[in-house]
Amino acid sequence: MSDIKDIIKDENLVYKKTKVLTDNVMHYCPGCSHGVVHKLVAEVIEEMGIQEKTIGISPVGCSVLAYNYLDIDWQEAAHGRAPALATAVNRLHPEKYVFTYQGDGDLASIGTAEIMHACNRGENIVVIFINNAIYGMTGGQMAPTTLEGMKTATSPYGRDIKLNGHPLIITELIAQLPGTSYVTRQAVHTPAAVRKCKKAIRKAFENIGQKKGTSFVEVVSTCNSGWKLSPVKSNEWMVENMFPVYKPGDLKDE
Amino acid sequence: MAKVKGAIKVDVEKCKGCGLCVVACPSKVIDLAREVNGKGYNYAYMANPDACIGCANCAIVCPDSVIEVYKVKAEMA
Repeated sequence: MSDIKDIIKDENLVYKKTKVLTDNVMHYCPGCSHGVVHKLVAEVIEEMGIQEKTIGISPVGCSVLAYNYLDIDWQEAAHGRAPALATAVNRLHPEKYVFTYQGDGDLASIGTAEIMHACNRGENIVVIFINNAIYGMTGGQMAPTTLEGMKTATSPYGRDIKLNGHPLIITELIAQLPGTSYVTRQAVHTPAAVRKCKKAIRKAFENIGQKKGTSFVEVVSTCNSGWKLSPVKSNEWMVENMFPVYKPGDLKDE
Repeated sequence: MAKVKGAIKVDVEKCKGCGLCVVACPSKVIDLAREVNGKGYNYAYMANPDACIGCANCAIVCPDSVIEVYKVKAEMA
């Protein structure tokens, strides 16, 4: 054991929590993808040295309390209205780095109009979109992004296309809008995917500095409590079922 | 020949025992403890410390950022 004590010394440190993340214990369920994405955003902000210049817009949903975890300036939007608020903040402070952090219930359901028009106007913001195909915060109800046949609290026999319509693949719609410059879909289920996702988020934030228009990063995520699976099993389920519908990769890069 | 040796330090009270680090580790170093922390979670620990190479994969996937990673280049005996 003395061997390990020799290794655990300050000069040998290769990875630790970024200072942009606060010391608060996150309220998310064990294994929730939100924690990983929060960390990636925080790390990108630290690496770019823009902590003083970043303004986040937190949504309604599980990540409503994101302002407790990232040590930057925040605004809290009404449900789905984060892109509208981000527009206002960005126009009042064009030199700041403004990003919204939204879930699928927020962005793809009640906030569809706001996100579409913000992206169409090409507001100079970053949108981080967490898509776990369910309303996690309120107890696992069906969302617009819920997959066909997927069981949720409000679709106990599985989503029926005739009754509930098709899963809304909103990122493909947004990629068609001329205002967006960078649209990508990522995931955070493996170390390699996390590294790739971080690069995408970094690129999105760099686009703000270059005034390129809206950058949209979807992160296909898990909701292990809503899906009633363990965190490890959720990741496997996501790869098997979510990826065929929500294919990871860059949709647009101009 | 230099050999890389690593070690991790887990913030036991903050760990929620999700087990994502266990499957992310390429050298099967980490396991969940039989004991629980103050919140009742089986926290992650180094079950096989000699195999650790300090790659930081566990820390990268940790949703609660509770893992610190250390690495040294040790001379082979």
